[in-house]
Amino acid sequence: MRPDLDIIQHWIRPGSRVLDLGCGDGSLLEYLKIHKDVSEIGLEISPENIQQCLGRGVNVIEQDLNKSLANFKDKSFDTVLLTQTLQAVSYPDVLIDEMLRIGKNCIVTFPNFGHWRARLYLTTKGRMPVSNFMPYQWYNTPNIHFCTVRDFDVLCREKQIKVISRTVVDHLHQGRWTIKLWPNMLGETAIYHISR
Amino acid sequence: MPRPIPENSVGIVAPQCLRFDEPLELRSGKQIDGYELMIETYGELNAARSNAVLICHALSGDHHAAGYHSEDDSKPGWWDTCIGPGKPIDTNRFFVVSLNNLGGCAGSTGPSSMNPATGKFYGPDFPVVTVRDWVKSQARLADRLGIQQWAAVIGGSLGGMQVMRWAISYPERLRHAVIIAAAPKLSAQNIAFNEVARQSITADPNFHEGRYLEFGTYPKKGVMLARMVGHITYLSDSAMRDKFGKEAESPNSATISGNFGRDLRTGQLSFGLNVDFQVESYLHYQGERFSERFDANTYLLMTKALDYFDPTVDYEGSLSKAFEKSNCRFLLMSFSSDWRFPPERSREIVNALLDAGKQVSYLEIEADQGHDAFLLPVPRYMDALRTYLQRVSDEVNA
Repeated sequence: MRPDLDIIQHWIRPGSRVLDLGCGDGSLLEYLKIHKDVSEIGLEISPENIQQCLGRGVNVIEQDLNKSLANFKDKSFDTVLLTQTLQAVSYPDVLIDEMLRIGKNCIVTFPNFGHWRARLYLTTKGRMPVSNFMPYQWYNTPNIHFCTVRDFDVLCREKQIKVISRTVVDHLHQGRWTIKLWPNMLGETAIYHISR
Repeated sequence: MPRPIPENSVGIVAPQCLRFDEPLELRSGKQIDGYELMIETYGELNAARSNAVLICHALSGDHHAAGYHSEDDSKPGWWDTCIGPGKPIDTNRFFVVSLNNLGGCAGSTGPSSMNPATGKFYGPDFPVVTVRDWVKSQARLADRLGIQQWAAVIGGSLGGMQVMRWAISYPERLRHAVIIAAAPKLSAQNIAFNEVARQSITADPNFHEGRYLEFGTYPKKGVMLARMVGHITYLSDSAMRDKFGKEAESPNSATISGNFGRDLRTGQLSFGLNVDFQVESYLHYQGERFSERFDANTYLLMTKALDYFDPTVDYEGSLSKAFEKSNCRFLLMSFSSDWRFPPERSREIVNALLDAGKQVSYLEIEADQGHDAFLLPVPRYMDALRTYLQRVSDEVNA
C-alpha cells in the first residue's frame, strides 16, 4: 500500500460512502472496503485500471475528471478523494470546488513541487526537474499543473476552504519534526483534509 | 456444428417446454389464462441453488442462447460467444437459464400459438405484453426451478431493460444486474424506427389484420422490410464501411479503396432499380433470412414492449426513485459507436443509480460495430464480463 494512503485511511469514517476521483487500480478503495466497510465508487478512464478495479470487486465508473462531475449530487458522498491526481487535471481549482460540493469532506494529496530537490534542480540546471518521483520530461508529462504546499495553502485561503488537517511527508512518508517546520521545503507529498 | 465440438462449447442442448397454469395478470389489465415457456439451461445448479444466472433476450432472440440443437445445426445459439465452459458466462461455474419470452415465436406461447378459447391461432388477439409482464413470468420460472435468488440477471438491449425491471420489481431475488447496451426508455427516434418497422409489416397485403396464419399466408415482404430498417440501426456507419468497403467483387480493385462502403455488387451500375451495391444485397439477405424464422405478430409485440418500457411511470418519472429498493450490485456497459442506445443512455441509468446511492460499475467500450457489438466478442467487453462474473461466482460458491 502506498504510504500516503496509509495516512488517509485514518480520516475515513467506517461505513461511510466514499468517492475516489482517479481511483487507479482500485487498491485504495479495496483496502477501505475491507478495513473500513465503506460503500465505494471510483472514477477512472484507463481501461487497464478499470479492469483491475473489476477484479478487485471495486465499483468503478468510466468517467473523465476533466469533463463535468455534474452527475453527482451535492453532499452525496461522505468523503471525496483525489490522490496524486490534482496535478494531472485540466482545471484543478474547478475540480476542488466540485469535490467540496459533492463530498461532506475531501482528501487531496499531491506531489510538492516546492521540495528542495525540485528547487535545486531548477536552480542549478535551469531545467524542469526530473526525478524518480517525477520521471517525465516537460513535454510528455501527464502532470500539467504542479503546485507547492504554499500554493495550495493560498488557494484554500482564497476559496475559503477549511483545512481540517494537513500532513506533509517525505519520500519515506514520515512526518519528521523538521518537515513540520519547513513543509514546503522538505515535504515531498502533501496530504490535505479539507471541507467547506 | 463444428467437429469436434469445441471445448468451450456447451455442445448439443435440448430445449424444454414448461407449462404454467396459473393465470398471468398483464400490465394492460388483460390476462393470459395459461402459457408455456421454452427454456434451455446450461451447467449445473449447485446444492445451495445459489449459482443460477438468468439470460434475458433482446428483440429477436429466444431461449437458444448457446450450443447446438443437433449435429447438423450450422449455427450455435445467439450468445454462444459468451456462454460456455470457460467463457465469460462460465457454465463450469454457473447454472445458466435462458428462455423464450411470452409472446415470442420460438415455442413459448405467443401469437402463432393456438388459442385454447377459440381453437384458432391467437394472431392479433394475443395480448400486448410488456417488459414487466415478462419479468413476472420469469419470476414464476425461477419459482418453478427452485431458484430463490439469481446470482446474476444478464441482458443486452431489450434484455437489459428486463434486468432493470428485475432490480426494481424483485430487489431481493438477484445479487447482480448486468445491463448491456440498454436505455432507461426509448427515445422518440427509437420509437420512430419501430413504427416504420410496424408499418412495413401491417401494410403488407398478406398481413390480413394479423390473421395471416388463418389465411395460410405470411407478410414476408413486410417482415423483411422491418428487419432491414432494424438492422441498419444495429450497425454503425463505420461498421458498414468495413463490411462493404474492402472486398468488392469488382475485378477493378484499383478503385476500391476510395469507395467508402459503396462497393458494387457486380462491378457495373445497372442504371435501373436493380441491386447495385453490396449493402443492398446484404440487407435483402438479412431480411430474407429473418423473415423465414420470425413471426410478424411477435415482431409487432416486441417493438411495442420496447416502446412502452418506462420503469419511472410508478415513481413520479424518477428513475432513481424506481431503483430505491434495489438491493443488487450493477454492472453497465455501453459501446462507443452504438447510436441506437448510445453511451449517454446507459449513463442516464448509471446516474440514476448513483443518485439512489447504489453500487454500480460502468464501462464505455470502444467498439466500431454499433449496437450489434453487445453480441460480438469485443475483447475489452469479454474481459470485463469475465472478470466481473468470476467475482460473482466466488461470492455465490463460497
